[in-house]
Amino acid sequence: MISARVEDKIAKAVFWVSGIAIFFSLFAILGYVVLKGAGALSFEFVSGIPKNAGRDGGIFPAILGTLYLVAIAILFATPIGVGAAVYITEFRKEGKLTNMICIGADTLNAVPSIVFGLFGFALFVFYLKDYTGGVSILSGGLTLGLMILPMIIRTAEVAIKSVPGTYKEGSYALGATKLYTIRKIVLPAALPGIVTGLILGLGRAAGETAPIIFTAAILNPILPSSVFDPTMALTTHLYTLTSEGVSEGNAFGTALVLVLMILVLNYCARALNNYFSRNLRRE
Amino acid sequence: MSLRYEDVVEYILFVFAVTASLSILLIILFLFNESFTLFEERGIASIVFGTDWDPGNNEFGAFSFILCSICITVGSLVIAVPLGVSCAILLSEIAPRWAKRVLRPSIELLAGIPSIVYGLFALVVVVRLIKVSFHLPTGETLLAGSVTLAVMILPIIISISQDSLEAVPKTYKEGSLALGATDWQTIRNVLLPSAMPGVMAGTILGMGRAIGETMAVVLVLGNVEKIPSSLLEPGEALTSAILLEMGEAIVGSMHYSALFALGVILFFIVLVMSLTSNILLVKYRIRK
Repeated sequence: MISARVEDKIAKAVFWVSGIAIFFSLFAILGYVVLKGAGALSFEFVSGIPKNAGRDGGIFPAILGTLYLVAIAILFATPIGVGAAVYITEFRKEGKLTNMICIGADTLNAVPSIVFGLFGFALFVFYLKDYTGGVSILSGGLTLGLMILPMIIRTAEVAIKSVPGTYKEGSYALGATKLYTIRKIVLPAALPGIVTGLILGLGRAAGETAPIIFTAAILNPILPSSVFDPTMALTTHLYTLTSEGVSEGNAFGTALVLVLMILVLNYCARALNNYFSRNLRRE
Repeated sequence: MSLRYEDVVEYILFVFAVTASLSILLIILFLFNESFTLFEERGIASIVFGTDWDPGNNEFGAFSFILCSICITVGSLVIAVPLGVSCAILLSEIAPRWAKRVLRPSIELLAGIPSIVYGLFALVVVVRLIKVSFHLPTGETLLAGSVTLAVMILPIIISISQDSLEAVPKTYKEGSLALGATDWQTIRNVLLPSAMPGVMAGTILGMGRAIGETMAVVLVLGNVEKIPSSLLEPGEALTSAILLEMGEAIVGSMHYSALFALGVILFFIVLVMSLTSNILLVKYRIRK
């Protein structure tokens, strides 16, 4: 029989060990990708065209393709997501409809990425071929946009809700209409939170593979000339390099570029959030 | 006149607001529409419980994929739940400020790493480690999948468990400590039982994430279609089957229809999990 005090010590040690283990697994994954990827990384790698099925050359078309896809996704999801959040918070407080909208968003958030891929293929690539150009940046971007929509709704909703009620009341007291108040008072005050959500959405969209693999991706290193053309993307290029064992060095190089992109985005989101929450506290 | 303008804006915002719910309906509609031919001809039971998957001979039994997906999901939970819950306890009850300041962002980063990068890392490191330590011909096994998935679902389990631990009223904890209980006794007898619904919700959400994960799984499982007899054998998950075969399936063919049927199965498993965890979270007021 061990005493309660010893048991307490043991339990705490276990909690610390699990925390440290998780910290080190992150460290191991990132460290490994950086170490292995740094060897492949060079100016030619970032700016060159892949040659020899990705064995040589660079990944410029993939970087560009990812940027295009992410841009379409965010252009699609931002107005809809922010609009939805404004509607939930300002027009409809609590109620059955709001619940339904939130459950819809949560469910959409849980849909596996491969199912988005199937859906995007059936809807955008097959049925709407005449409008999207089939396998194209537009099809892939819209699929990604649907995927990050719930996240944007949620973060915008939280941001709008955290705007102090006194701001709005002040505006109403001056005789401003509801729309004017939303446009001039609520949205500007909620902007940092909304932008943070958008940046996180960008990161999520950039890292997805399964939704774009059937809807936007090709293996040929061709630079797309419009949104109706297919494109390479970092994630799909990385998948091809890895699954077919083309080149481990270049795979890690691509992974490093992708991870750096996402780390920078996450850092921006975090910095923005900290900066504005500090400013709010000072007021 | 200004009133009508407001009505128009409200109407447009309403359309935006229901877009997410409408897309869910559209996804259901398309999955069913595309898989209808197969379901009509074979019936649900023969697809879910059939053990033969051979598109060349029109055999579409998905049981081995389903079983394999369940195995790696359960495997990942066995690893991730104890680890995640104890990390959540560390963060909410024990860790000093500096440790929280290091751990929280690391866990967020872990959630931000793309699944394909996890897959690459697991293929190069985890798979080789398993091969060497168990003396196997190949390290691409269900175990490798479970380990990879475990790391990927840790962030969600930690964050929801931590929220629910922090939602336990302070007075409960203070009462227990005032009676002379140690921290561990308080955690075990007071905090964890009160936070249980939240921990469950986090686990179920993690389960949904794990079963729907594609890119990491496809790289480390070995992709052999057969019913696995142990965790040290290769297998092929539902998601991998869709990913790998979509390229060769001709639109409108039976094979194409079967891949959408796999999507339907996947979608419903995840839907049930997502709804259950939401009900738990709302009922116990852990998140709004």
